[in-house]
Amino acid sequence: MVAELGHFALIVAFVIAAVQATVPLVGAHRGDDNWIAVARPAALTQFLMAAVAFFALMWCFVHSDFSVYAVYNSSHSLKPLVYKIAGVWGNHEGSLLLWILILSGFGAAVAAFGNNLPPALKARVLSVQGMIGVGFLAFILFTSNPFARVFPAPEEGMGLNPLLQDFGLAIHPPFLYLGYVGFSMAFSFAVAALIEGRVDPAWARWVRPWTLAAWCFLTVGITLGSWWAYYELGWGGFWFWDPVENASFMPWLAGTALLHSAIVVERRDTLKAWTILLAILTFSLSLLGTFIVRSGVLTSVHAFATDPARGLFILAFLVAVIGGSLALFAVRAPALKPGGLFAPVSREGALVLNNLLLATACATVLLGTLYPLFLDALTGDKVSVGPPFFQATFVPIMLPLLGAMVVGPMLPWKRADLGPALERLRFTFIAAGFAGLVVYALVSGTSLTAAGGIALATWIILGGMTPLAQRVFRRGAGGADRLRALPRSAVGMSLAHAGIGVVVLGLTALLTWQTEKDQVLRVGQSMDVAGYTLTLRSVGPHPGANYIASRAVFDVAKGGAVIKTALPEKRAYVDSTQVTTEAAIEPTLFGDLYVVLGDADGTGGYAIRAYFKPFVHLLWLGAALMVLGGVVSLSDRRHRVGAPAKSRTPGAAVAAPPARAAT
Amino acid sequence: MTRKRQRLILVLSGLAALGLATGLTLYALRDNLVFFYSPTQVVQHEVPVENRNIRIGGLVADGSVQRPAANTIHFAITDMVNTVNVTYTGLVPNLFKEGQGVVAEGRLGPDGTFLASQVLAKHDETYMPKEVIDALKASGQWKGN
Repeated sequence: MVAELGHFALIVAFVIAAVQATVPLVGAHRGDDNWIAVARPAALTQFLMAAVAFFALMWCFVHSDFSVYAVYNSSHSLKPLVYKIAGVWGNHEGSLLLWILILSGFGAAVAAFGNNLPPALKARVLSVQGMIGVGFLAFILFTSNPFARVFPAPEEGMGLNPLLQDFGLAIHPPFLYLGYVGFSMAFSFAVAALIEGRVDPAWARWVRPWTLAAWCFLTVGITLGSWWAYYELGWGGFWFWDPVENASFMPWLAGTALLHSAIVVERRDTLKAWTILLAILTFSLSLLGTFIVRSGVLTSVHAFATDPARGLFILAFLVAVIGGSLALFAVRAPALKPGGLFAPVSREGALVLNNLLLATACATVLLGTLYPLFLDALTGDKVSVGPPFFQATFVPIMLPLLGAMVVGPMLPWKRADLGPALERLRFTFIAAGFAGLVVYALVSGTSLTAAGGIALATWIILGGMTPLAQRVFRRGAGGADRLRALPRSAVGMSLAHAGIGVVVLGLTALLTWQTEKDQVLRVGQSMDVAGYTLTLRSVGPHPGANYIASRAVFDVAKGGAVIKTALPEKRAYVDSTQVTTEAAIEPTLFGDLYVVLGDADGTGGYAIRAYFKPFVHLLWLGAALMVLGGVVSLSDRRHRVGAPAKSRTPGAAVAAPPARAAT
Repeated sequence: MTRKRQRLILVLSGLAALGLATGLTLYALRDNLVFFYSPTQVVQHEVPVENRNIRIGGLVADGSVQRPAANTIHFAITDMVNTVNVTYTGLVPNLFKEGQGVVAEGRLGPDGTFLASQVLAKHDETYMPKEVIDALKASGQWKGN
């Protein structure tokens, strides 16, 4: 019964979305207030219906109703409750339902909180959201009904892929989707603005918080995925340039560019057409990501099902959304009023450089991801494009961006001289060079590249903080007051930029000083890695909730004294023939000791792989700083949804103009 | 600064970025593509003899897995028509099993043995790499749809 209720709610949501997609749009065109007023209740009801459907499916999962195919296919009665719930989006149909829930949730948020949006703009935005909703609801209802029944009902479910039974991964898809779908807001605002033929700073003030929120969610989602790969896959890697990783990374790059270009629209009323185009492209890349991940066209973990009808539907939807919005752009964009002028060296110029490089980097990732598809279609050759390709293209494009991201926020708007900005950065520059040299001189095994990486990271971290520091520590008293008075968006930018620097630092350390060792050990034997001695004490069975592990016990010694016990496992799940590797990860101040238990050779020996991963925690810390920066920036009153635009008087802007959030 | 001049600068810098990306991409594509072959293609000498990394994929042949040491493994990749012997040192993925789909990356040795530097099996037991399906289809041994 619950499943039928959910199915019915989905059908109602579909009908409401169709109304929401058309009536307010026509109303806005005719100036009919009654028709415009339909948008709000429609968006709220659509969300309510999607929520009913979602929780109905969750009920089926929690109660292990195996007569529902999706439950049968990806759940098991013995699974812990949290993974029964996570199982809702651990399959194609349910993950689509989650997508729809979030999509309608964003629409409802605009409907509920967008009270001081111009009514016509709001109606158009909600209509565009409705159109996207119609597409996805049609997709789920006609090709992937999550409530489809199996008859006769099976006794037991097939179980969820054990690799996915992990808390980090359980919450990874919701965050990723909040990011992907969050960019639909920027898209809807962009299309609405094109329909109205008007883009102004007020528009950008509306778009920025949504984009920033989506960006934060996407950053969390990508980081969770990367973290999961690091500790769950047992290979010690955190980023593989796998097509599905790229699929989430491309909207992130485009979204980052969009955040920055929206600042220019907001502050200077220029770069309008480009910003609209970026908003369209960012969401298109989100859709493309969904298509790549879910359709099975590319070999990937995330490909649930390879039903050609689904692939075709998504492809058609993709063509309609991207083609339609770009066509609208081509017709309407030339009519947008050109904005203020600026010199190449200026804050605007720096943000343009940011956008150019991010867009170019995104394009190379896109090409590398889709190239195997094109080549297969054109010549039948099967190739894979691996990490070396991306290191050779992506990295050289990002390097100038990383160097320049410190200088940009130092430049005034409109017209600037590089001289004074660099002058104010001279201590940062000296400190960065010094850091690189010290590490090069003192730490053995440091290459010139690594020293460069350290210097770059120091440059970004200190440089991110410099504008704040220079405002707080100006001559005269009242530093503490000035600290409090700093605009939150400026603090947010500094945190997020510093976060990038921390990631660069972590990457440099990891790539330079990582050690890896493969050895066969018998009980009682030892191996050395990075100054630690691992002694295998025993290997034995260890039962868990729904698995039986074979667990090895290692004494970890440093300088002759045992300091830790490492317990790597291999788990065999009862509801699956699949085995998973649970690496033992022992965090230390300078990095993680990472021990993997391999196969037995049948004569008492075990293959053991041990790594030392120096400063790997900086990667997660850096990502956390970026998100924190985004959140702090969001809390700025100018970003608060609906907050009236209050012009800040640039008080005592001597050399430093108020730095704006550029997260 | 006139509007025309600003547009010119923007367009030129856009073209420069595009040129940079194109150059890097072409350069990277020249060396970093890894081509995929089926065991039949390897046996029929359709694989170029240059000393570069390739991938071969198929099923792990039944009864072929031998472990001379705990971290060395010999096995054979088959498309049910032809078979290529593979040697690999290191930990194989958890889903590596006889009869399962597998993709190995590495170089073809002079004696026809494939020296793998990496063995990939996918994360899901019911999932078969698309390349493997295509290889099996090409050899006429695919039993599915």
